[in-house]
Amino acid sequence: MDVSAAAAIGAGIACLGMGGAGIGLGNIFGSYLAGALRNPSAADGQFGRLIFGFAVTEALGIFSLLIAFLLVFK
Amino acid sequence: MAADKVDPIHQFQLHPIIPIHIGGLDLSFTNSGLFMAVVVIVASAFLYFATSNRALIPSRLQSLAEMAYEFIAKMLRDSAGTQGMKFFPLVFSLFMFVLVANLLGLFPYFFTVTSHIIVTFALAILVIGTVIVYGFMKHGFKFLKLFVPHGIPMVLLPLVVAIEIISFLSRPISLSVRLFANMLAGHITLKVFSGFVVSLSAFGFVGVAGAVLPLAMAVALTALEFLVAFLQAYVFAVLTCMYLNDALHPGH
Repeated sequence: MDVSAAAAIGAGIACLGMGGAGIGLGNIFGSYLAGALRNPSAADGQFGRLIFGFAVTEALGIFSLLIAFLLVFK
Repeated sequence: MAADKVDPIHQFQLHPIIPIHIGGLDLSFTNSGLFMAVVVIVASAFLYFATSNRALIPSRLQSLAEMAYEFIAKMLRDSAGTQGMKFFPLVFSLFMFVLVANLLGLFPYFFTVTSHIIVTFALAILVIGTVIVYGFMKHGFKFLKLFVPHGIPMVLLPLVVAIEIISFLSRPISLSVRLFANMLAGHITLKVFSGFVVSLSAFGFVGVAGAVLPLAMAVALTALEFLVAFLQAYVFAVLTCMYLNDALHPGH
């Protein structure tokens, strides 16, 4: 197989990792919304933790996106 | 085709501005070094001018500086306690450096200092080095209790200690790769969408009309990148506070 073709396939496979980050982010925001609707007065106090969880989880998706980029633009 | 000339990696290349070679070592002053100096000057000038005309009713600049101070002070006090406040200068400097470097990197033709792993790794190893040195200075060998959580059955202990040690050793890597990968991937994504605008507009009128879509996406991504620039500086500072808390109170 051509090396560049293999790199393109690898980049596509690496992007699958972003799906996991997507599931995680959906879980974070969904759980936050569920909790916020049950107790709206406590919701604002947890916003910082929400954003922190978002950033830490999003970074894992970015890792796989980075691998895909490095494979495509090397 | 114009699209072939768009190289999203080109923005991260280092160019020596003042070549310095000492004994086979390449110590040239590069664009990365230049922008690091710019970042330090901008952050210092901001805090200097914000605090030079102190008033009871703060000006806009002064209230911005006070907000930054309160933000980091609260974060450090919440996660590491009042004892942690002796590390305030370290955490505040790290936060301001990363924040200003991330934000300055978003301007066109500016170099993003934090998009290079060596820069973020140096910052991360500074944090972890501080944790290790201070932990051993303050607690001696009791600092190693960090790796032995309370209430674990003896059978599981070797496994748990091994996991704790591996997780401690991977901290500088995850801390630095998180920041660097976010900056690198964000800037490449921006360049890729800008490249779509250029390559679509080569197809005449229909192409120009279609290029509006990636242009709107690039604008939205720029807004997201401003959020990410702040968030990653915040996350870096929060994790620094948590690791410093381990050095102050190693016994979980």
